[in-house]
Amino acid sequence: MTETRTMVLNMGPQHPSTHGVLRLVLELDGEVVVRCVPHIGYLHTGMEKIMEAKRYQQAITVTDRMDYLAPMSNNLAFVLSVERLLGVEATDRAQVIRVMMAELTRIKSHLVWLATHALDIGAMSVFLYCFRERERILDLYEMVSGQRMMSSYIRVGGLMADLPEGFERAVRDFLDEFPKRVDEYEDLLTQNKLWLQRTVGVGVLKREEAIALGVSGPALRATGVPWDIRKVWPYSGYDRFHFEISLGNNGDVYDRYRCRIFEMRQSAAIVRQCLDRMPKGPVNIADPKIVPPPKPLVRQSMEALIHHFLLYSQGFTVPPGEAYVPIESPKGEIGFYVVSDGSNTPYRVRVRPPSLLNLQALPRMVGGRMVADVVAVIGSIDIVLGEIDR
Amino acid sequence: MGVGGEEPRVVAKLRERFPDALQEVRAVRDDLTIVLSPAAIREACCFLRDDPELRYEFLSDLTRVDRLRLPEATPRFEVVYHLTSLRNSSRLRLKVRVPDGEAVDSVTAVWEGANWLEREVYDLMGIPFRDHPDLRRLVLPDDFEGHALRKDFPVTTEPRWWEEKGER
Repeated sequence: MTETRTMVLNMGPQHPSTHGVLRLVLELDGEVVVRCVPHIGYLHTGMEKIMEAKRYQQAITVTDRMDYLAPMSNNLAFVLSVERLLGVEATDRAQVIRVMMAELTRIKSHLVWLATHALDIGAMSVFLYCFRERERILDLYEMVSGQRMMSSYIRVGGLMADLPEGFERAVRDFLDEFPKRVDEYEDLLTQNKLWLQRTVGVGVLKREEAIALGVSGPALRATGVPWDIRKVWPYSGYDRFHFEISLGNNGDVYDRYRCRIFEMRQSAAIVRQCLDRMPKGPVNIADPKIVPPPKPLVRQSMEALIHHFLLYSQGFTVPPGEAYVPIESPKGEIGFYVVSDGSNTPYRVRVRPPSLLNLQALPRMVGGRMVADVVAVIGSIDIVLGEIDR
Repeated sequence: MGVGGEEPRVVAKLRERFPDALQEVRAVRDDLTIVLSPAAIREACCFLRDDPELRYEFLSDLTRVDRLRLPEATPRFEVVYHLTSLRNSSRLRLKVRVPDGEAVDSVTAVWEGANWLEREVYDLMGIPFRDHPDLRRLVLPDDFEGHALRKDFPVTTEPRWWEEKGER
């Protein structure tokens, strides 16, 4: 008589389809997953601790490095929490620019997701196409902040700088082309028989499960929950823009794909609205205790010099209190819980990492499925290990 | 959920259900914070999730604050729960205060998603959760000593070469 036993397979942390350094221990019965235990922490660098040792304005640079595919969303979430504590609100122009950059970030993040997800399942050309468009957004990033990835563009009290000349033209050129590009991706995938076989009905997450697990973002909407923080608790003036939220039905890999594709189109529409109604005016609030004075003024005015010196040597202080302002990042609900003790460094910073909570649902989604489906499911939940491990 | 002259509905309901558990209620702008006694936390969470009117069915976040260097430092730790009601679009912050070494009831049975969040808190702050199904370190290796997010844990631990004694 032959004996049947399950086998333990180690996947990662150096596996190309784990999107970073995720390690999964899979218990297999033949090719079927019996149990899946994720191990994380390979990228842990103590970012929360580091932020507690930095001044508020410095801590923004750490947020870039968490979800490195969506730095400006992270900037925005942290800055909103600090601004809530300070009791200040950004100027109209800064808010519109923030929304615009956040939506470009969403497109950029979703492009990397689609590229790698399709690559995992075997669609090589989609990967190249998506990275071609992503490059355009990185160029826009470089135009506004001088950096292609770690931008730190959104600052407490406003922005690092106003938009450069020629920026609007560049964004419009991109927007004119982008919807056609999305059509192209869809031509390659949406009706593709192989794609459908790999994604429809795979990695199903039910609505109740998703809510109990704290899953957010497109992964939650794909299960049919109309929950988008941009609509529910509009921040930075999202209530002034017209857009629809994506909604799925089955909560499978295919629905998550449809949701994100839809979101890319909606984001492009929001960016266009931003350009059309860009208000004039300053991008920073007029509080010299928070926002450094313009450099030419420092050379002329004694007061400006003092403010400049104090801001760059000590930073600003924040009144004691606590704030948590969640926003809708490309991955889901991200929010920084900031506790202030009244000094110039945050006393406690805690990130609500959407990728971590979404990843926690992975064992639920792959149990009883084939090993090959694990790859498809990981791709579909769009994780960034930098944010999971922090 | 209005925060004005009148007490918010959720506070009234909690007070009615758990008369002795409410230690503090604070409303700053639209931020509502309720401090509960540690013994009541799991039942209160269950109540908040299942109450047909409140329906806080989504646990946004669970974390902990080490209050060692704050003016009000005892009890030392504060567990912070961010609850969201998808139905009412409302948010609520629950807190429980415990001294060092004392375990808090796990809410994994109430929200499955609390599992990793509690493991992370256990890992980085070093306080166990009672009745947690799988209480292991989450991000740091199992043989790591200490708990990195405590305030008495130094930001840098590696000795610098000019401070090092003896041979390198």
